[in-house]
Order: sequence, then C-alpha cells, then structure tokens
Amino acid sequence: MKIGILALQGSFAEHAEILQTIGADFSFVRCREDVQGLTHLIIPGGESSTLTKLLKDSGMWEEILKQVQDDTLQILGTCAGAILLEKLGMDLYCDRNGYGAQQESFLADLQSEKFPNLKGVFIRAPKFSRVGKKGINLATLQKEPVMVEQGNFLALAFHPELVGETRIHEYFLKK
Amino acid sequence: MTREKNTFALKSGLARMLKGGVIMDVMNARQAQIAEKSGAVAVMALERIPALIRREKGVARMSDPKLINDIKKAVTIPVMAKVRIGHFVEAQILQALDIDFIDESEVLTPADDEAHIEKSEFRLPFVCGARNLGEALRRIQEGAAMIRTKGEAGTGNIVEAVRHWKQIQREIHSLTKANINARAKEYGVKRNRVDDVFQARRLPVVTFVAGGIATPADAALMMQMGAEGVFVGSGIFESEHPEKMAEAIVQATMNYDKPEVVARVSEGLGEPMKSFAIEDLEHKFAER
Repeated sequence: MKIGILALQGSFAEHAEILQTIGADFSFVRCREDVQGLTHLIIPGGESSTLTKLLKDSGMWEEILKQVQDDTLQILGTCAGAILLEKLGMDLYCDRNGYGAQQESFLADLQSEKFPNLKGVFIRAPKFSRVGKKGINLATLQKEPVMVEQGNFLALAFHPELVGETRIHEYFLKK
Repeated sequence: MTREKNTFALKSGLARMLKGGVIMDVMNARQAQIAEKSGAVAVMALERIPALIRREKGVARMSDPKLINDIKKAVTIPVMAKVRIGHFVEAQILQALDIDFIDESEVLTPADDEAHIEKSEFRLPFVCGARNLGEALRRIQEGAAMIRTKGEAGTGNIVEAVRHWKQIQREIHSLTKANINARAKEYGVKRNRVDDVFQARRLPVVTFVAGGIATPADAALMMQMGAEGVFVGSGIFESEHPEKMAEAIVQATMNYDKPEVVARVSEGLGEPMKSFAIEDLEHKFAER
C-alpha cells in the first residue's frame, strides 16, 4: 500500500493532518514520478480548473489515467477533487459551484448510515446532479447525494479535511 | 435542517482552497478568461491595475459593478474585488454583487484614515494587506480571513514584499511566553490573538504575498520563503506577453522548488512590466 496526496494546490496540508491523525504513511505527489506505484491517491479541495491544467501540463494526468484504466489506483476526491474524478472517468455529473457562490457556503449535518453524525463543510461546492448506475450514495444532504463511491472512485462534495473528520479517510484506506 | 453560513471557518476555508495558487488582477472579462485558462486560482477584478493607478494618479475607488459582473460571468474561479480602506459601503456593494472575496486594499485611495472596515460584520470573507505582525493581527481581529503582504504594488519591484514577509516571520519567531502580553498591548490586539500565533508559529489565516511580483522567479522566491500563494497585480497584463507570463508564473508558483522548471518557463517571456526603484516613488501605497 502506497498513499499519495496530490500537493499542487489547495487543501493538501489539511488532508495530511488527517492521515497523520490516523497514523497512515503518505507522500506528497507533485510530479509524474510521484504517481507511479501509488495504490491510493487523495485529490484535495482547490480550484478544479487550476488542478486540471497543472496535472495535464506536468504529465501527471496521463499517468493517473493510465492507472485508473489499469484498475490499480483508488482515488478519493474532495470538492474540486470530485470534479476531477468525473474528468477521470467516474460516472458522475458535477455541477460546478452548484450550491452557489461563497455567501452560500455552509456547514450542515449529513445523513449517512455508514458514518453517523457526519458534518459536511461545503465551500463553493459542486452539486452531484446525476449519479451513474454503479454509483453508491454513502451520504446525502436533504436527499441529494454528496458522497458517492463507484469502484475505485470515492467522490465527496464537501471537505472532511477541514473539520478533523477521520472516518472517511479510514474507510478509503481500507479499500 | 439548519445550515451554518458565513462563519469564520467557512470564510477562512475558502482561503485554504486557494493555497499554492496565483491570484491575478484583471481589468475585463477577456483578461479574466486568460487568467483562468493559465491556471489562476482566482481573479481580482479592478478597473485599473496598480501600475495604471500610479501613472494616472487621482482617487482610485471600487470598480464599476458592471465590470465586476461581466468578469463574474466570464469565469468559474472565485472573483475578488477591492474596496478602499474603511469604505464599508463599497464592501456592502460588493457583497450585494455576490462576489467571493473582498480585498480591503491600500492600492485604492483610503476612505478612512483612522479605521478599517469591521469585517466580521460581513458575510463575505476579506483579505487585507500587512507589513508586520501587528498590522496582520489587527486586520484578523477585525475579521480578515486571509492576509497578504502589502509589498509595493505597481512597481514590479519585489523588495518590499520580501521585507514585509521577513518582518512578519521575524516577529512571529521572536514571540516568547514572557513577551506575549507586551506584544498584545503594542499591537493593540487581544492577548489570545498573539498567544495563538506563539503556539502555532504562524498566522492563524492563509498568508499570501503581494506587491511587486513581476517574473516567475519572483513568485518562486516568495514561495521558497514560505508564502502560501501569490497575488500578481500589474505583473501580467502590463508585461509584453500576458498569456505567456500568466502561465509561467502559475508554473513557477507550483514548481517553486524546481529551478529547472522555473528556468524553462522563464524563457522568452519578453519584457516584464515597467518597473521602478522604491526610492523613486512619489507615494508608497504600503504606508496607507
């Protein structure tokens, strides 16, 4: 098992704190070579257009896509990370900033059987307006999906890394 | 079903999502699109970039709401805009325009020479400039969710940004258990504000560098010094090839620790913005 956190831009330090809390070894992923041999990759919150561009320019995108196609890489994406999962082939439709601009950012209780008493921080968050047939809703907000698992992909519209929530990372690392 | 909104955690949370990125000054929708395409994490909408404000003089104010709305429509990345120091009505207007972040900025002509805006009363997050720890903590106490060095905007000269960054770091690291009370008094902030910095050895909010970044190397320099991201004002759209410069500064900010990448992206960028020695300036914005 080899865990990497994409550390180009966004909330990678916050994801690192969560992994440190649960005692998981990880490395920061900042170039193509860093992607090779990973079993688990975390794509943090940030700006999806920035992340996409930086990934493509550095050749990391190709490498990640190859591992996705070879079925060798588990990926957790939060917020912007979820938008990237859609671009990497997850059957999910993300409506960018679907919950509105910054004034509409919010913290709310989520409904989840797997993760009781889960809270979600949504910051200019994408709305999952369509979930593919193979997608499993793991958490909802007023019946809307906000955490979807599909094969090797785990997409979250919110930021567990901002509130010290460790259960989702633990779940992801068991995949 | 309750939703907590507009809390400090949500405001500073957006700043965290911008970390490692470049925020670019833009004066119209077309420039905003160039910025987004180059990989900017946010745009700062303003009528005149700092270099033009310096050249044209007069009073610099918040931009025309039409310009801000046009820019908002043109991009999906966060949109920021500037208000004059202390001008809380300009801030109310920006909030009504539903942008994402307000910069209470010394680049514009101050509206109040005694007080800054009481930022905690607003729903939108604010970023403010600072030259030293006291200034940064006063702004944070007023509600700022992000800090940037002031540097000296519109000069293309990085020296003031370096000075302010080092000053803030020096003051953070000179805090001791014994001097917290005295420092709090000196800075005019509550003791726990200083104590938080002493414990964490950093400011409690995301801290970018601004004011004088003109080349990819300038951006990488500030990142190597520990900045969490950079604002580039005139450096892009006052340069000879804005698209190339924008992309190069984004790449250099991300690859700040890889000189071979910074070297490659610095090739053939043409002329940077027209730049000035600090001692030749008529006004220092940072003193506002």
